[in-house]
Amino acid sequence: MYEGIVQELIDELGRLPGIGPKSAQRIAFHILQTESVDVSRLAELLTQIKERVRFCEICGNVSEEDTCTICRDPRRNAQTICVVEEAKDVVAIERTREFRGLYHVLGGAISPIDGIGPDDLRIKQLLQRLADGTVTEVIIATDPNLEGEATATYLTRMLQQPGLRVTRLASGLPVGGDLEYADEVTLGRAFEGRRVVE
Amino acid sequence: MPLYRDEAVVLRTHKLGEADRIVTMLSRRHGKIRAVAKGVRRTASKFGARLEPFMVADVQLYEGRSLDTVTQAESLASYGAEIATDYAGYTAACAIVETADRLSDADSSVQQYLLLVGALRSLSRHERPPGLILDSYLLRALSIAGWAPSFVDCAVTGAPGPHRAFVVQLGGVVADEVAPPGTPRLDEQTLTLLGALLTGDWVTAEASAEGTRAQAGGVIAAYTQYHLERGLRSLQHVDPAARHDPAQSESGA
Ligand SMILES: [Zn+2]
Repeated sequence: MYEGIVQELIDELGRLPGIGPKSAQRIAFHILQTESVDVSRLAELLTQIKERVRFCEICGNVSEEDTCTICRDPRRNAQTICVVEEAKDVVAIERTREFRGLYHVLGGAISPIDGIGPDDLRIKQLLQRLADGTVTEVIIATDPNLEGEATATYLTRMLQQPGLRVTRLASGLPVGGDLEYADEVTLGRAFEGRRVVE
Repeated sequence: MPLYRDEAVVLRTHKLGEADRIVTMLSRRHGKIRAVAKGVRRTASKFGARLEPFMVADVQLYEGRSLDTVTQAESLASYGAEIATDYAGYTAACAIVETADRLSDADSSVQQYLLLVGALRSLSRHERPPGLILDSYLLRALSIAGWAPSFVDCAVTGAPGPHRAFVVQLGGVVADEVAPPGTPRLDEQTLTLLGALLTGDWVTAEASAEGTRAQAGGVIAAYTQYHLERGLRSLQHVDPAARHDPAQSESGA
């Protein structure tokens, strides 16, 4: 244990996802000891991100406006929606340059054991987006793990409607992993080889 | 015993750091195990999907101070992929593994392990309505843990049944003299189904009507929640289709 404010910083950093007590200590001392760390800029960013960044009203992606840059872009194909679990999956798919449609971010996967059911995700909003018939294909790109597959099964059941093609990313993705860790080539191939689900 | 090996069912996983997971398993000989699987979330992980919930694996572990570490995992049965193709079955399986997690500890019996594997195998084969598999599992898992309910003789006095007054807190049906005022009475069909689920009489259980299954499901949920103190989170998310007839749930799944 360190004294006062140093320990407070370590505790606070340790609450962040992916940072254990040892990493928290390392980051705290890096900030303390390194000249080049611009603390005021970091602090300013942290404050601003909470003030300025919100979630796109249409797709749920992170955005600095009411709607995100992808939803606002007229060059994107509005007939196709790719459904992902998290905003970071949008970034992973954008990197492939394989997809020119729009996204829908669910905000997670169905995981009853964690208390997350279909109503806790942005599924109702997805169904609303499909109501006017513009969208002709929904690509389900949930993670290739158990919760992701079960969520895809549920969505497939909910999306049965005339004139709508529902596809799932090809199984080239290794199972068990997180979508964000898939490399661009594999993820790009998964788009090309997507299959219709029923 | 720094290095040991066992068969285990993965109950649940938690993300740890960048790419690791903490895996909670119910093993055949070592009861419940919590262990770290390093790098498992990377898509190139040697573990692949072998440490996902509902998987049965032959695991080798290194004993650590607070948590053990999984060093090897060979798949023995992968029920997860099949279970995930039926949403109702997936929700039932989640309630089953959450119950197994709550009922077991390091000294858990081999019967709990075998009952769990049997329930997941049955769900993966889509042989029976998932709600019936779940309800039968709950009754039998609680029985192994020492909380067997009575659906015939009085749970308090032992007076021979049939009795229809059901009191969760008293351990099942009770004679009318023992039943507190206002105790709900169960109908004959529900009691028959409850008895069948407890003993694994599938012919009787599958002949039941949907309304009866819903009744029995409610009784079993109340009984389970009572004994597990803190409520099971996944029970409220069990898909209503889980208690439909197989013919109907096939078209809906
Ligand atoms: Zn958007």
